[in-house]
Parts: sequence; structure tokens; C-alpha cells
Amino acid sequence: MRMDLEFTVNGERRTLQVSPQEMLASVLRYRLGLTGTKIGCEELECGACTVLVDGEAVLSCQYPAWRAHGKEMLTIEGLAAQDAEGNWQLHPLQQAFIEEGAVQCGFCIPGQIMTAYALLRHNPSPDRDEVRRALKDTLCRCGGYPSIERAVLRAAEEVRQGKHSVPFTLRRSAQDVLRTEATTRWVGQEIVRPDALEKVTGKAIYTDDLQFPGMLYGAVRRAGVPHAILRAVDVSRARALPGVYAVLTAADVPGENNHGLVVYDWPVLVGVGERVRYVGDAIALVAAETQEIAQEAAALIEVQLEALPPLTEPRAALASDAPQLHPGGNLLKHIKVRKGDVEQGFAEAEIVLERTFYTPIYEHAFIEPECSIAVPQPDGRMEIYVGSQIPYADRAQVARALGWPQERVRIVGQTMGGGFGGKEDIAGQIHAALLAKATGRPVKVLFDRHESLLVHPKRHATEIRVKMGARRDGRLVAVQTELYGDTGAYASLGEKVMTRATTHSAGPYDIPHVKADCYAVYTNNPPAGAFRGFGVTQSAFAIESMMDILAHELGIDPLEIRRRNALRVGSVTSTGQVLRESVGLLECLERVEAEMARLAAERCGLRREQLFAPHADPQAPHLIHAWGIAAAYKNTGLGGGAPDKAAAEVELFADGTGEVRTSSAELGQGLVSVLQLIVAEELGLPPERVRVLVMDTARTPDGGPTTASRQTYVTGNAARLAARTLRQAVASYLAERYDRPPQEVRFIEGLAQVDGQTLPLGQVVAEMRQQGIEPRALYEYWAPTTRPLGEPGDMHFAFSFAVQAAEVEVNTRTGEVRVLQVISANDVGRAINPLTLRGQIEGGVVMGIGTALTETFIVENGYVLTDRLARYRIPSIVHTPEIVPIIVEHPTAEGPYGAKGVGEIVSIPTAPAITNAIYNAVGVRFDRLPVDQEVIALQGRRDGEGETVDRGL
Amino acid sequence: MSLWVNVFRPRSVAEALEILTSAPQPLAILAGGSDLLLDLEQGRHPPVQTLLDVTAIPDLQTIEARDEALFLGAACPIAKAISHPLIQYHAQALVEAGSLIAGPQVCNVATFGGNVAHALPAADGTIALLALDAQAEVLSPRGRRQTALQSLFLGPGRSALEKDELLVGFYLPLRGENEASAFRRVMRPQGVALPILNMAVWLRRAGERIAALRLAVGPAGPTPQRPLQTEAVLSGQRWTSTILEQGLRTLLEEVRFRSSPYRASATYRYHLLRELFYETLTTAWERAGQPADV
Repeated sequence: MRMDLEFTVNGERRTLQVSPQEMLASVLRYRLGLTGTKIGCEELECGACTVLVDGEAVLSCQYPAWRAHGKEMLTIEGLAAQDAEGNWQLHPLQQAFIEEGAVQCGFCIPGQIMTAYALLRHNPSPDRDEVRRALKDTLCRCGGYPSIERAVLRAAEEVRQGKHSVPFTLRRSAQDVLRTEATTRWVGQEIVRPDALEKVTGKAIYTDDLQFPGMLYGAVRRAGVPHAILRAVDVSRARALPGVYAVLTAADVPGENNHGLVVYDWPVLVGVGERVRYVGDAIALVAAETQEIAQEAAALIEVQLEALPPLTEPRAALASDAPQLHPGGNLLKHIKVRKGDVEQGFAEAEIVLERTFYTPIYEHAFIEPECSIAVPQPDGRMEIYVGSQIPYADRAQVARALGWPQERVRIVGQTMGGGFGGKEDIAGQIHAALLAKATGRPVKVLFDRHESLLVHPKRHATEIRVKMGARRDGRLVAVQTELYGDTGAYASLGEKVMTRATTHSAGPYDIPHVKADCYAVYTNNPPAGAFRGFGVTQSAFAIESMMDILAHELGIDPLEIRRRNALRVGSVTSTGQVLRESVGLLECLERVEAEMARLAAERCGLRREQLFAPHADPQAPHLIHAWGIAAAYKNTGLGGGAPDKAAAEVELFADGTGEVRTSSAELGQGLVSVLQLIVAEELGLPPERVRVLVMDTARTPDGGPTTASRQTYVTGNAARLAARTLRQAVASYLAERYDRPPQEVRFIEGLAQVDGQTLPLGQVVAEMRQQGIEPRALYEYWAPTTRPLGEPGDMHFAFSFAVQAAEVEVNTRTGEVRVLQVISANDVGRAINPLTLRGQIEGGVVMGIGTALTETFIVENGYVLTDRLARYRIPSIVHTPEIVPIIVEHPTAEGPYGAKGVGEIVSIPTAPAITNAIYNAVGVRFDRLPVDQEVIALQGRRDGEGETVDRGL
Repeated sequence: MSLWVNVFRPRSVAEALEILTSAPQPLAILAGGSDLLLDLEQGRHPPVQTLLDVTAIPDLQTIEARDEALFLGAACPIAKAISHPLIQYHAQALVEAGSLIAGPQVCNVATFGGNVAHALPAADGTIALLALDAQAEVLSPRGRRQTALQSLFLGPGRSALEKDELLVGFYLPLRGENEASAFRRVMRPQGVALPILNMAVWLRRAGERIAALRLAVGPAGPTPQRPLQTEAVLSGQRWTSTILEQGLRTLLEEVRFRSSPYRASATYRYHLLRELFYETLTTAWERAGQPADV
């Protein structure tokens, strides 16, 4: 059955035939090429696919195309226009999103803007609550909600003034809160990120937006059981299905069948006779004419599995009679930290406390599901289009599976719709390449949300026991921790993640005696790997809860007890590293305290001594408010003796522009902005004249993995030093030509000044090229050497520090918890771009609220219960508190302009700050995440409330 | 292996009834689709031959005062329904339920009719309609029938609507002098979106007396039911804390809650019932005491 569809899209009449199964989003994206409309979940949860139909916002991924017949569609592409000169005229919403820094990875942005556009159509004067109601189901995993809200309110004002179209401008403000000391021209300024315009207009290209002639669609037959031996695979029915071009099994993998980032333990395809280790294991691949045929064929593959009882818990997996999931056994790694003598420490202690904490598995839930497209090249090479956090590791792993030299594979990174650590491992890259090789045609492997939830590595679930000894004055003398980390079916980055959890498990404190033991253990749960925070999210929850328990036992203020123990310059970390500089923890504590005091005085007249006291809402006494705090630190860079290097190449062009190239990944965090500003700073160019090219193994040198909050520091330094080298080369050229010393050459605003003359840089570059001098410099930057855990010396070359205070409102009747305000102070060394940094800070808090309150990835007996986004709740704008970002700058000497990492630290203290606040409000201490409101409600009842409360009737 | 093969989009009720009986079976009636399409795609509903899209039938989109009642078309999008002045005046509980169901994008397509036909016993819309004493209008080639909302439910996800029947809409009693309704629910921020507990109340007030009242609580069983004993205890009584306490005790006896893993224990639901009972009743009581504003 074909149905006629005649409709108007962005003012243009379109006629086509659709099948009864086609949804509007598919028609817009794949048939009309309007790829600004995104697909994030196909289950009405995320809002990324929002378009307007006859003026009303609808979710186009589940809006049957036939329903659009006779109607008017408006998509993101219809909001803006380019004039003959190429200048953009934007809708005020688009310009406001750009200027407010609401754009991060950008994948949700078309949906946010279209939802907001529909709101303003009905209600041109929305208040904050109305904006929140309208956007409540349009999710942003970068957590840009505060900026989004500001942008909508601001655009509404312009629309009310009758403006429906505004010219695109790059606002540069010398604005307020986050403004830092101006010793540099561009670094430290609030600058619009270079990819903002394309992201608000729907022009940004993510992998699934690409189409290639003759492209086939891949599908993966997955095990669907957590533990089994594969006995037989019959692909004959799948192969016979019309439209199927290839069906592959493990026997068809030409190279090595195992991949992995550290340990090659993860089969590309499980072979007959081999072990299935989790539900997401791949057994066979299909390439077909359409996605539907590919899926149908995958379902027709007959698989015989001999089911085995799954190992679902680390301790059980360590039992002597447990089946061994990997040749080396189930213990991936026993990680040890030793400092001083904890037994002596506990003997000296005047108080010893011991508790155990539990954190569940968490899911990254980037709104863009994984997508890889492999395209065979006429010269025999293979190109892979993919959004990946580690393009060169993808290249190595794809080449290994194909049995090719690495140079025969090119990774062409695309704009990424979020990563958060979840796009470091291989997803569909190898599968797409195998299918493309087998068929000789381009093949797309696109995960739907369900597959994404099942397959990619998660955050480690942990059990963390903490024993803490202190003096009566609150000084810690000994901390002993024991951690169990569930690394699931495969190692991924499990050893590294759990090492970080362990080394940070005593918190950002100077403690004479520390002993930590961690067991990272294989199970039949989905694999666990990198996730923003990299293990420290988990151990911070444990140790920061303990700090408050200790403070409460000793009657010491939570700020004060942290101040007494805080790491400072001269302190020695748990791994024995002496901190020689850049330790801003005390200032973070001070700044948070000052802000809390200010807010508390302003709002409810609380005195300093009462900052953590609960207070009831006078209008509704069952609503109790209280503040809680937590502190954290997080390493910048790989550390632990791993060589940490990045290369960047900078080039100047005759048109006066520059370009910086590195394979490092932009996943929404703003690296492209950081690199642009650094190069602009070094070359004296206006930022908009610096292009940034990332993530392409053929055109960009290796910037290393985008992980460990390392890119600003490591690749930032590479870009800085490449630019500086190039500047010196240009200066030398001019010095020679004008016979002046090179140090007299100045670079300002795209001009070179020498010998009293001012020359456009482009002109100088053109001259250099004519004389055979390439205006280009490549720099491979090696970060300071670090030492392995267990050896004396520096395990890391820099640490970031943070303190967060959260104010919660607890409903003692229902147990419901709301976070009202969060103050987030972060020592980032130096803010390169405070505008994008604010987005990171706000987003980190929002993600931390998810960790504390809304998220838990549930696996029962190896089977994933939270296999739909509807069952895995990430925070929405309605969960978003007022966030007060505070930037603390204790520069690190070797960092670019003093900068160190920021990506993770901003998210780590949030959860314990919230649970500490809940304790301060109602006396309920949570030793496991996420917070269970039922416990609060029923605990209140046990305390005798509720039964006989006078309700004023 | 399509999940559906044919689609019909009739413009009239008569045409819809014709398709219901003549189109290739199995057939499913599609309103907004926010439940049905996902159920089909995610394997909770078996594939069908035919989807009968009823959203282009004007009768099913209508909201009007009709025959001393308020008629709400079954396929009227929730957003349109809850912003309609008639619904806002006569069915406050339904407006409160509807505004909690989802964001605007879903409410622009999802319908209360779909909510009821989907037969989940604790859907917010269903609980509100139940307290509002909605009568369902059902059409088939055999004629037209009106039936109490509850009678459309056989069990979780199992509707009593026959294969040749079409749910046309609901009749709600017009709100009289000193009458009002209210709805409230408690969710968990994690996981499944279904409420832990929801409750709707309608009542008529005569001075300081509860002249009449209807309650609905979900999820309190395989099909939505009103707690009639509790209603009887409270009806006609003076508004005192003693009688409310007595009503609550009866209600706690009358409803049967289960523990659902990850969502709520029965203990927690009983605890919340007390909270929702007082909140919804007080809200409706206060509203009923205010002068009508139309």
C-alpha cells in the first residue's frame, strides 16, 4: 500500500508517496534531506524530533507521515534564511540560544528551539514556569537547561517587540559573573563557540545525517541472553531474504576477532563454541537494502545457545567455584593504594566510623544514538564516518579486525551528539566496516535507543566500604576503603576507571594513613567503562557522605571539617604525590560558604551558624529545606605512568584565516572553542578567523583520547605550541625581510607589525608560500611524565578541585525531593572561555542531579530492565535548580594559560551534596543511590509523624 | 513483517464503522498513537493488518455541551481538551490530570479516548474521568450505546470494547452549583512513568456538609473502580476531621494495593493514600465553596 502525501514543508509544497509505516521524521530526514530534525529515541521521550504541524509541536518520530497530508510542517530549517551574500537571518530564539551559550553538543537544539517556538506562538509572554512546562519533555543530556531557559525568555522579549528575524552576530561580551582577569586578548573572554550557528540552524551534520550512493543498512543479531555457549548459527533464511546483501558470522572476520581499548577481550562476533558474556554480544551481521529488511533478516538468523547461569555480582564472580568468564579469570584487577600505616592511624584515632555505600549502574544516555557508516574507497581503503571520542583507537581496532594496516582505514569524525565517556569503545565501527568490505558498498550501522541502552559500556556499579579514623577536632588520621567494581562482561576501561575510584576514595584530603583495595571484577552484566567522573563519582559519594557523618558525630560544621583536612599546596595525596601548586580547594570552600551565607541571609535570614539547619516552608510546613555540601578532586590527564601526548597542526592561509587540526574529539564540551581561542590568542587573529578541524585520522594528527578531562590541557598545549611555533616562523620571515630582530614583530587583530609597517597576515602568508615556506607547524606535546600507582612521585600532572552546595526541599509527607539551588565552585586553573565553561558547570550539576535522584540502570539476572529511555529517566528542565557557577583560578604552571581539566569535576560533588542536604533536612542518610523517596516518607512515619498530624481542618 | 499493512483514515463515523467490519483483520483503532504505535513497535501489541485512524472524524474531535452534559470527543487531543473553557470549568480534575500526562508535544496528539481504550487501570485521564462519572458513548453497526466508564475495562490492557465498536466520546455531568473536582498524583523520579498513586475527587458541597462525592484511586486493581463504601461513609456528612478520618479508614480498608518492584511498596502506597486523600478532598472542598465563576 502506498499513500499520497501532499503537504507544505517550510512554505514549500511537496508531493510524494509514503508507505503506511513511514513516520514524519524519516520522510523529512531521509527523503527530503531535512536532517536538522533529529531522532533520539523513537519512543516519545526525548523531544529531539519536535517539528510543528499546523502550528503545533509534535514528535515527528512517531507521527505517521500520512497524517501530515494537507498540513503545514515547520522544521528548524524553516526558521532562518541566508541572504544573497550568505549572511544569516535568524529567528530570535536561534540568536538567543547562541548568545546564552545554550548550545553544547547541539543534538537536542533543533527540538528545543522548535518546542520553544510553538510555546511563543501561543504565549508570547511566558514566565519561567511556563517555559519549563513547555520544555519539560525535551531532553538535553549536556544539561544546558539554565541557558536554554534564559535564551527562551530573552527571545520571547524580542518576539514581543515584533522581531521575528535578527541578523546572526557573534556577540562578545565582557560580561559579568564569570569574567576573569584579562591578561590575554581572547583567552578568558566569553566567546560564542564556532559551531553554534550550524547547530541552531540544523546545518550541523551528525553521522546519521549522511547519505552515500548505494548505501546499505546493517543490523546486528545479538545474543539476548547474559551467559551461554554459542552452539550453532544458521543464517540460511536470512541470506535468502530478498534485499539482503550479506550475512556475516565470526568465521567471516578476516583479522583478529577481539577488540578492546586496553585488553583485547571483546569479540567482534561470538563464534560457535565460544562464550556469550552479556545480552548485547554480537553473533551475526546483516547488510540489506533497507533498515527494515536488515532487521527482519537479523531476526531470521537461527541461533542455538546453551544457557549458563549468569554471574551478576562481583563477589559471586570471585567465588572459587564461579565459572571463569575470561582466560585470566574473573578478577580484572586488584588495585592497591598504600600510604602510611592505617592500623597505627586507627590506633591514634579518637573516633572511628565505618559504613558501606552502594552505587548502581548508570547510563550515558547521550541523545544521539551510536551510528557508524563504512564507505569502501576505490583505492582499496575504508572510510568510517562516526562520532567517536578516540578516532585513532577506532582506526586501530577496525584495521585489526579487517586484518589491514592502519593506514588503510580512515576515521572521519562527525559532529557528536554527546559522549560523556560512552563513545570511547567500539560500537558499530567494526561491524559497518566488515559489512562494507563484504558488499563493496557503503553500510550504515545505526543503533536505535534500545540497542544503545543494551550494548555500550556503562558506569561501574560499586560497593564501597569506608573506615575512617579522626581526632576529636575533626582531623582525619586514617582512611581505609574497600571497593568492588562491576566491570561487566568486558574490560573496556574498567581497570583505569576503578583505579581512579580507588586513588580518589579518601577524598580531596590530606590524610597521614590511607589504605585502599579495589577489586574490578568481570560479570555477565553489560560492560562498564568510562563515564564522566571515571570512578570518582562513585567514591566521592561514599567519602563525602562519610565526611558529613563524621562532622555530625563530632558536632563540627561540614564546611569546617573539610577545611581542616583539605588538600592544599604542600599536601601529600593518598598516592604519595606532593602537591606543589594549583590547589584551589580552600578557595572553593570559602567561595561556596560566602555564597551560601549571602543566599541564606537574603532568603530566610539564617545566620552563619545555621547554614545547614533545616527550615520549614512557612506556607507549607511539610516542606523542609536544607543545604548540604560536598567536595571533590579529579585528575587531569591519563596519569599513572601512561604517556600522555597530543599533536596539533596549525596553518595560516592567504585569505588571512588560520586553521588548527587535531584528532581530539568535540562531543559537545567545547573543545573547538578552546582550541580556536588558544590559536587566536597566539597568532593575534580574531577567533572567527580560526577554523577548527577535529577527528579525522587522514587530515588531523593524533590528539589522543578525549577522556580524563585532558583535552584543554594536553591538546590545548599542543595547539598553543604549534601556533607559537608558527608565529615564530612568520616572525623570523618578517625579521629577515625587514632586517629587524624577530622580537620586534607584533601580531594584532590579524595584522603583523614590523619596522613601522602594518601588514595583513594573509599577505605575509602569501609571500611566504611564494618563497616556498609553508606557513604551517605541527607540534606534538608531551604532558609531564607521571608515575605508576605504587611508585613514588607524581601519579598525575594536575588536579581540578570543586565544592558544591545544594539546597533541597523534602516533602515529608510524600518523600519527594527537589533540588532548589546549587552553588558550584570549581578550580579549573584558568577559564579559557567562561561562556562554554558555564555550560559545562551547569550541565555537570544537572547530570549530578540525575545521579542522585532520577537515574538507575537496572539489570536483573543479567537482563536489562531499563532497556528503553522511558525506563531510564534523565533530568529534564523541571529538575533543574538555580545554579550559581563560581570559577576559581589557581593556575597550573604547565597548563595552557594555567588551565587544567573541567569536564568531570563539575559533576562529581553534586550527588553527595544532595544526599547530605537530605540528611540535614530530615535526618535520613542514604547509603545507596539513587535516593528512594519511599524511604524518606516511611522513615518520617516511623518517627511518629504522619499518623496524627494536625492538618488544620 | 510489517507491524501494520493498511491504513484507513475515515472522515465520518459511518465510514469508520464500515471499515471496522470490512477491512482486513486484525484491526486496531488508532487515535493519537502515543501508546498504540509504541506497543506495536516494541512488541507489546501483536502486528495488525489494519490501522483505523480516527483522528480525522469531526465527531470524535468535538467538545460541546450536549443533552444536559458535556461531550468530549474520544479523539480530541489532550492539549486541546484541557485548554477548552468548557472542560476547564466542568472538569477541573481532568484538566489537572491532562496537564501532568506529558509534555506539549505528546499532549498535542494523545487523547483521553486512547487512554481509556488502552484500558490501563490507573491512567491519569481514566482516574479523573471516573471521579467525574463519565459515561462512554460507543457506536457499532448494531447501534449506539452509553455505558459507565468502568464497564469498558476487563483487565490491565484489556478493553471491553467489541471488535466492531468505536468509542466516540464521553459525557460528563455539567458542574452544578457548589460542585468541584480535583486530581493529584505522586510519581517517582526514576524509571517507569506510571504513577505510584493517583487520585481524583468530585464533590458537591452544601454549606459545611459533603452533599455528594465520588472518588477514584489508581492503581488499585486490575480495573478502575470507585471505592463506593468510602463514598457512602462520607456522603451527606458534615466536613469534620472525625468524618474524614473515618472516610480514610474505610478507604484504606477498601482499596487493595500491591507492591511493584522499583515503583512502590504497598506500604508506601497506603501511606501516600492518606496524603492524597486529604489533599484532593481539601482542594475539591475549597473549590466547591467558592462562587461559580462562569
